[in-house]
Amino acid sequence: MGSGTGLGRVRGLGSARSGSHHWWLQRVTAMGNVVLVLWFLFALVRLPSLSHDAVSGWIHSPLNAVPLALMIINVCWHFRLGLQVVIEDYVHGGMRVLALGLLHFWTFGTGGFALYAILKIAFAGTPA
Amino acid sequence: MARSSARPLSPHLGIYKWGPHMAVSILNRAMGVGLATVGMAALVWWLVAAATGKEAYDLFMSWASWWPGKVVAVALTFTFFLHLCAGLRHFVLDLGAGFELQTNRAWAWGTLIGAFVLTGLTWLLIIWKGL
Repeated sequence: MGSGTGLGRVRGLGSARSGSHHWWLQRVTAMGNVVLVLWFLFALVRLPSLSHDAVSGWIHSPLNAVPLALMIINVCWHFRLGLQVVIEDYVHGGMRVLALGLLHFWTFGTGGFALYAILKIAFAGTPA
Repeated sequence: MARSSARPLSPHLGIYKWGPHMAVSILNRAMGVGLATVGMAALVWWLVAAATGKEAYDLFMSWASWWPGKVVAVALTFTFFLHLCAGLRHFVLDLGAGFELQTNRAWAWGTLIGAFVLTGLTWLLIIWKGL
């Protein structure tokens, strides 16, 4: 595949030398998700109800807002890495470029909205 | 994709007998994609609705408690637990352990059964608490 020559690398046929870093970060964020998402689910089912008051009151506390924001960052990071691999395996040519671009927008778009919502409740509370 | 048609291909999916390890492997991928798309969209909707106000939040909850919303919620719970169990299985495999045929099959079944049991327990708790 030309992994050994300079020409092969220029043509994009060889190792980009970032594979193991990608793999490792996937595992690190996975471990983070085990802790953060399980904490989130436990906290949700422990709430007295899922009413607006109960949920926004829960997010308002710094001890909940910060781990929740960290969970969003960690989840987005994890699915950004994971879906990249899925796209690279199944989508080819120009569609791959498009799909990887959409993945970027989806990652930062959803992450941005989620983080803003958490911070808004954390700092300002919510109108009744 | 430059490939000489004269060169032999390695055996691919078509010739293997399906086993639980193959099923869990591809399900893990599919569940990851589901969580990143449907799951993330639901989470963002929930958070933004909560930040917007009671009216927007109640609209979310009315969709979530309508029966198709409940189907999505149960499906997402199962999806999460399968991805969790399969991810934990991968941590063990990454250490180089658990590749013996019987062990590998057993843990693949364990992953599937674990996801069903955890989903069931979670929803029993939700129904019991009346959330």
